[in-house]
Amino acid sequence: MTATVNVFLKDGVLDPQGKAAHHALDSLGFSGVSDVRIGKQIIINLNTEDKIKAEAEVKEMCETLLANTVIEDYTIELN
Amino acid sequence: MQKSLKVAVLRFPGTNCEFDTQYAFEKLGHTTELVWHEEVKLPTDIDLVVVPGGFSYGDYLRSGSIARFSPVMKAVTAYANDGGNVLGICNGFQILTEAGLLPGALKRNNNLHFISRHQNLCVINNDNTFLSKCTKGEVLNIPIAHADGNYYIDEEGFKKLEENNQILLRYSDSEGNPVVVNGSVTSIAGVCNENKNVFGLMPHPERALETILGSEDGLRMLQGFEA
Repeated sequence: MTATVNVFLKDGVLDPQGKAAHHALDSLGFSGVSDVRIGKQIIINLNTEDKIKAEAEVKEMCETLLANTVIEDYTIELN
Repeated sequence: MQKSLKVAVLRFPGTNCEFDTQYAFEKLGHTTELVWHEEVKLPTDIDLVVVPGGFSYGDYLRSGSIARFSPVMKAVTAYANDGGNVLGICNGFQILTEAGLLPGALKRNNNLHFISRHQNLCVINNDNTFLSKCTKGEVLNIPIAHADGNYYIDEEGFKKLEENNQILLRYSDSEGNPVVVNGSVTSIAGVCNENKNVFGLMPHPERALETILGSEDGLRMLQGFEA
């Protein structure tokens, strides 16, 4: 089973990289952009097919290491 | 005569300020010992642990996020919880926030640049060991060198910092007025924990030891631990 973890800065926490990319898109003439956020995607291959167990384990990985929950939110997708 | 301190200086893969830090404390007449990150114990009878600057684990994932799980950090946490003094400089500050020993977090600088220069800092609170030799409102000139120094804390956390005098330093102009350097909340450059025994700052006091090299203001900061 594969877990895809997306980590982003929380809403309300300014994302300097997203802001810079937004500005660059504006400069290139892409005028329809209202916000850009840049995050990280972490792909984890797991030795289990048990979805419930996998989800619990990946959540713990996020809380412990993969995200800093002071400033970041995360989502988990399992396939 | 003042007591000579015994200072443990941690070393992770990618640390690069450990020798400067040793030099600074030895210049002040103290003894130092490097401690490799795989150690499970700190040396006995130490007076201070310094987590020096650098790029532990290449800043992978987030600055300090991997180093904070090194075996030695368990010992540092126990030492801090027992009231021992811990000082984190630059990457050391990042490691201490990641470890939860200091509140808040350090994000990428607002302008996305690695900022390396001398910077004025205003002493906000000195009712703590670290800045006890400095005066409130005093302006210090200390080098900064970081990409992830943009201090963030939520409103509730910020109120606590203010109420408990945990804000140590702010980036300032030569008059002590706050200036925006990297996007930090209210220009914060350093904070301490609630018990005032764990200190973290982005600027490098160990690089400000000689007037001929720009400033010796770092000496007085480090002398705070002599108390």
